[in-house]
Amino acid sequence: MRYAMVVDTRKCVGCSDCVVACQTENNVPHGYCRDWIVEVVDGSYPNVEIELRSERCNHCDNSPCVRCCPTGASHIIDGGVVVVTANKCIGCGACIQSCPYDARYSHPEGYVDKCTFCHHRLEKGQHPACVEVCPTKCLYFGDLDDPNSDVSKALRNRKWKTLAPEAGTKPQIYFLT
Amino acid sequence: MKEELFISGRDIPFIDPYLNIWHWQIPVYLFLGGLAAGIMFFAGLFTIIGKEKEMETTVKWATFLVPVALVLGLFALFLDLKHQLYFWRLYTTVRLESPMSWGAWTLMFITPLSFIWVATYIKEAIPNWKWKISLVENLEVIATKYRIHMAWAMMMLAIVLGVYTGILLSAFNARPLWNTSILGPLFLVSGLSTGLATIMWMSKSHYERSVLSKIDIALIGVELFLITHLFMGFLASSAVQIEAAQLFLGGEFTASFWVFVVILGLIFPATLEILELRGYKIPVWIPAFLILLGGLAFRFIMVEAGQITRFLY
Repeated sequence: MRYAMVVDTRKCVGCSDCVVACQTENNVPHGYCRDWIVEVVDGSYPNVEIELRSERCNHCDNSPCVRCCPTGASHIIDGGVVVVTANKCIGCGACIQSCPYDARYSHPEGYVDKCTFCHHRLEKGQHPACVEVCPTKCLYFGDLDDPNSDVSKALRNRKWKTLAPEAGTKPQIYFLT
Repeated sequence: MKEELFISGRDIPFIDPYLNIWHWQIPVYLFLGGLAAGIMFFAGLFTIIGKEKEMETTVKWATFLVPVALVLGLFALFLDLKHQLYFWRLYTTVRLESPMSWGAWTLMFITPLSFIWVATYIKEAIPNWKWKISLVENLEVIATKYRIHMAWAMMMLAIVLGVYTGILLSAFNARPLWNTSILGPLFLVSGLSTGLATIMWMSKSHYERSVLSKIDIALIGVELFLITHLFMGFLASSAVQIEAAQLFLGGEFTASFWVFVVILGLIFPATLEILELRGYKIPVWIPAFLILLGGLAFRFIMVEAGQITRFLY
């Protein structure tokens, strides 16, 4: 099983519902977020293109954060989800330095926190909160090993990219372009 | 024109607008760790080649600073941790892929070793010294007998510690300024040089000082070569590393790096040391102080600047 998320940048309107849903679902402290919206403006009027992306931890296959963690607090669980065990984390910041996507932050309580793909929901057969609430249905979630999953189908039929593939991290969040 | 904006109002403390999660504690630790590694390396080296008599400050007196530097450095590291009560988790696992785990375990061995080394020389430093407990007295006799073995262990571990202070940074591919394998040797050489500067400052023997300053001039030469290589490597690399190099070649760290690290911290003290060897009277504390200051500035600048550099996407 290999969980992945696909973001349709042509359907995303940048409403930030995914951000708020995540903050609510995961009790993210005020002023912090595990997912966010990036707007890329390309060109100048009248030839302007805008790309909207809902971004989060890329749950990389080759995750530098897991590699550099001195205690094993950052680790990979079933389905390739990268998570942090709070009571093993010493708050050294190595994983924060190692992430090319700046997807991790230091929780006010001291440990490092990030997107978990809502694995507490996955265990119940539900989708991550951000996917569930997206009003334009631009987020797809599923198992890449299953050819009939939403993500596999989306990646088969459309052009896609990942972020900073040159960093060598093999990110598992795909963006339809 | 291409621009990127955050529109979710993302403004996470220490992450946005640019990463700033490591503060003064890390460069201070890197400095003290490198300094301790430098002193230990030369104490070990001159013990192994049997120069205890001629190089007394190197082998004996300067090593008294090592436990102090290591404990202060470890304390700085501890202050940097954000989940401090769990620091012991470092020692419940060995993570071969994580430089920080290597560093934590190296310190676990090298710190007690530095205390034992000092303990074997404490009677020479303080003639009336008495261990209150007879067990300690016996242990000291045993440790003194194995001094040469300790010297080997100290020298090897000092290299690991010195390289580690650089690899700690170079392991992060997400920070292009740090992500170069030259950083390990560069921090090692810089650490050795700051160690030498400290010993020279303490030494009263003219012979010892002249031996050390010859080594130091060579080390500074190597350091300048490695710094040149660092920038050559960056400029011949990918966009993110070219951009990282620009921070020092016209960017915001240009003045501080070239003035405090390269000129005042390396070239000027090396010139003073050369003049001293040629017979000019130059107070030893001037080059020593400048080298130490340059070493500290180098670590502050690298840690600060590295966090600004990032992947473009």
